[in-house]
Order: sequence, then C-alpha cells, then structure tokens
Amino acid sequence: MTATLERRPVARKVEPKHRKLRSASATLWQASPLTYLGLIIAIVLSIFPILWSFIMATRDNSSVYQIPPPFTPGTHLGTNVSRVLNNTDASFLYGLANSAVVASVVTLSVVFFSTLAGFAFAKLKFKGRNALLLIIILTMMVPTQLGIIPLYMIMVKLGWTDTLQAVIVPFLVKGFGVFMMRQYAASAVSDELIEAARVDGCSTFRIYWSIVLPALRPAAAVLGLLTFMETWNDFLWPYVVLTGDTPTVQISLQILATAYYKTDYVQVFTGTALAIVPLLVVFIAFGRQIIGGIMEGSVKA
Amino acid sequence: MRSRLDLKLSPYVFVAPFFLLFAVFGAFPLIWTGYISLHKYNLSGTDLGSVGLNNYRRLLGDEHFWIVIGNTFGLFFVATVPQLLLALMIASWLNKRLRFRTSLRMGILVPNITSVATVGIVFGFIFADRYGLANWLLHSIGFDVVNWRDHRWSSWTAIAFMVDWRWTGYNALIYLAAMQAIPRDLYESAAIDGASAVRRFWKITVPLIQPTILFTVIISTIGGMQLFTEPLLFNYGRSQGGSLNEFQTAAMFIYEQTFVNFDVGRGAATSWLLFLLIIVFALINFALLRRSLRGNTS
Repeated sequence: MTATLERRPVARKVEPKHRKLRSASATLWQASPLTYLGLIIAIVLSIFPILWSFIMATRDNSSVYQIPPPFTPGTHLGTNVSRVLNNTDASFLYGLANSAVVASVVTLSVVFFSTLAGFAFAKLKFKGRNALLLIIILTMMVPTQLGIIPLYMIMVKLGWTDTLQAVIVPFLVKGFGVFMMRQYAASAVSDELIEAARVDGCSTFRIYWSIVLPALRPAAAVLGLLTFMETWNDFLWPYVVLTGDTPTVQISLQILATAYYKTDYVQVFTGTALAIVPLLVVFIAFGRQIIGGIMEGSVKA
Repeated sequence: MRSRLDLKLSPYVFVAPFFLLFAVFGAFPLIWTGYISLHKYNLSGTDLGSVGLNNYRRLLGDEHFWIVIGNTFGLFFVATVPQLLLALMIASWLNKRLRFRTSLRMGILVPNITSVATVGIVFGFIFADRYGLANWLLHSIGFDVVNWRDHRWSSWTAIAFMVDWRWTGYNALIYLAAMQAIPRDLYESAAIDGASAVRRFWKITVPLIQPTILFTVIISTIGGMQLFTEPLLFNYGRSQGGSLNEFQTAAMFIYEQTFVNFDVGRGAATSWLLFLLIIVFALINFALLRRSLRGNTS
C-alpha cells in the first residue's frame, strides 16, 4: 500500500525543446544543503531526549549534578537495570508483561472486528449502511476520555478495578480501524472474486476468512502496529483504574518517577529507557509500514 | 434458505460488535456523565439524589474553574500554533528529492512512538529547576535560570515543548502525504512565471492542502483539550498543576475533583462542559480556518 504513495520520478523523458522546462523542474525539487541542515537539526532534536535517557541509564546518580551535563555513556547500566527490575514498588517486569498482554489482546481484537466490519461496509449491501458508517466516522471525533467517571463506576460494579480486563475490554473496537479497513477493502477486494465464491456456495464468513482477510493483510498489519503502540502508551485510563498491584508499564514508570524523582534519578531514566525499547524495536523493524500507514490514512480520511 | 438468511443477516452481524461495544463503553458513559452531573454521586456508582443544576452553577461561579479553562485553551494555542507551522515547514523539506528518504522520515517520527508518560518524565528532568538541561543551556549562553514550575509562562513553555516534540513529526508526515498529491506541473509553471519559493508555498501548497490542515487542527483540538499526562508528570504526578494552578488543565481538574476530592458530580459537570466546549471550539476552528484559507486563494 505504500507503493502508491511513492513519488513518480520527476525527470521524465523530454523532448529537446522542453529542456528549459526540465531543468527548471529539476532545480525546483532539488534539496539544498540548507534543507538537509534543517532536517538534520529536526531529527537531532527528535532523537536527543530518547538518546539522553539511554545515556543517563548507564551512569550513576552523581552524574545528575555534573556541570556541564554528561553526554557520553557510563558503566552503570547493569546495576541500574537490576535496581529497576528489583524495585518492588514499581514491579517493572510485571508491568512490562501486563502491557504485552493488554496491547496484544487489544490489537488482535481491533484488527479482527475492524476487518470484519470494514468488509461489510465496503462490499456487502444492507439497509442503513451509509447511516451506520457515518455514525462510525462521528465516533472517531468523540472524546471518549470524558466518559471516564461512569466508566470507572461500571468497572466498580463489575469488580474489575485493578484488573487487566478493565484496560482491555473497553478498547476492543475502534472506529478509526473500521473506517480504515473499509477504505482499503473498497479497492483491495475484487467483487468478482466474492461473487464467484458465492456461486460456489461459500458463506459470507467463509468469504471474509479466505478471500477478504488475506487481501486486507497489508493494511491490517499497519492498523495492528498503530493499535499496539497506542495501547502500549496509554496512560490516563490505566492510571485511573489500575494500581501498583496490577500495573501496565506506563504505571510502573509513573510510580518510579513520582517516588524516586528526588532521590534516584538514574533509576527513573533507566525505567523510561527500558520502556521505550520494545516500541523502538517495533519501530525499527516496521518503520516503513508505520509511516506508510500514517500517510495513507490521512489521505483517505 | 440458509444462504438467504446468511446474505441478509451477515452484514449486521459483522458490524454489530463495534456498535455494541461502543454503545456500552463509549456512548453510554458519555451520556451517563450528563446524568451524574445533575446528581450527588459517590465513586462506586451510588446515586445520592438530584441536585439540579447546582454543580454547573457552582462551577461557573468558581474562579478555579475559569483558571483551568483558560489554561486549557492557552496551552492549546501555545502548543498547537508553532507545532503545525513547524510541521508544514518540515513537510515541505521532506517533499524535496532526498537521499535516505525513509531514514529521514523515521527520524522525524520517532518522538511519536515514545509514550506520553515518558515524555512527561524525561522533559520533567530537562526542565528541572536545578541541574536541568534547559537551565544549563540558558545559563551557559548568559541568561538567568528559570524555575519552570513557578510561573504560568514558563510552565506553559515547557509543556508546549513536550507536546510539540511528540506531535510535530506526525503532523509533518500527514502534511507530506497531502503535498505529494499536488500535481507538480502547478509548481513548475508558477516557477516559470517567476513566483518565489515562499510565494509558491503560500499560494499553491497551503491552499491545496487545506482539507488536511483542517483535519490536523480538529485532531489537535480534540487532543489538546484533553491534555493530561504531560502536565501531570511534569509536576511529579500531582494533579493541581502548580501551587496556584498555573498549568492545571481541564482534564487534571476533572481528575482532581473526582478521584482526589471525590466530588463526583462536579467532575462530571466539568466533563460535560468540556465536551460541549470541544465541539463548539472545533466547529469555530473549522469555520475560521476555512474562511481564512479561502481568502488566501482568491
């Protein structure tokens, strides 16, 4: 899906009389050294805070008071990491495991329900289709965070406070996902194939499973990546409904940061660095797809 | 017979999970918030009787509430305006012919994958009063050090940095996608007619990506009005946002009223007012921006 976004080569085969035009267009899109400089500054500023927390994670607490501040790695990474992992207030490893479970379950569910509903909206005819799709688009605009008080009461009634269900179940579907899959399915799934399968006696679910789902795979992967990262990074709701007994990694971080800010800086930095690592790995492995997804999504929206 | 039923029912069965779950965990809580705001409630969900519009009356007469609303809108402006302008600039750079295109885009996007909690914590250190990087930088170029959490302007600056650091690259990629859809001939003929790069940017690029700019403004509005985590962790996890609430946002106020002071009805009333404000504000933004961009093209 990213391929459609790649720019067509600017320099086309041109007739000699158009040579002037061609050179004008070539210089127009030439990146000047200043462009590169600007971009490099932007990227250095983007990477620096992350890099800095990794550097601080390798030093001891005296570095915090150093002037000028240290910008090179030290030798304390091992002891810092073991201090974080053995911190019983933050239960960091437990938080990491919980986040992995929550983000995986939410991702699988969002991808499943989004592809299913997206397929229905794109390829099946039914009464009320357009009205229902409009409602889905509207739900994307609703700040559901503002319903947090009753949501908390629901969790109390269900006995779910401080459990992982509380941060999983409310997020099993996502309007954005349905819309994204609907847009993709409209062009990626061929009507003829669906008709042929119907003639062969396939049920609608069977068509979804063996024709639609494979065709949607690239877009579904991007939706999955975006959902995973969003869930992994979520803060407000876990902060309200969970405690240090069942933390997600963000809550472990918050506990670490608020309890040790004054006394043990490097432990806090080590925690933030550790919490970024999984996402950094995902990002380095799938960066191209994630970028494609963000750009593609915005064009279609 | 079975296949007719399958044809008729399947679409509804396929879309039903979304609507059911959204109704229970999205729409219903939002509506119930309105109900709670007219009642006295406790946090476990027991209704202690109606209080009419008292919660709203109390809020609208409370200076604290207005400070918080002012902070929310003020922070939104100081964070969003530079962010979107910067994103436009970066996008126009990325739209040139570049080597290492994917790496450059990834570098720009990497802040967006860090969690808001991480941003709040790391920038909390950068903007620490003593031994913070920002103060070290200010001091070494000859300025006075700043106690970032003690003033409105300084805390807003720090928080705007956090928000912009995380979101500028994301918006730049969205603008880039829109810019790539503009036919290149437009620029080429404008250049032949002698239009400068700056002029081409304001007269061709900006008007043609107007729908995308509207989209990012709406998204930023919805996000900005709910700002919570960065200012919370900037203040070491305390929800009052500075000793005089200099940087307490509406979302922090709702949290404080509900989960710290247990004044649940008041928290709910604030939620509803904020909800209405977001809708009104998003619509105003939409209308204003549309008009000004229209004016730009003619």
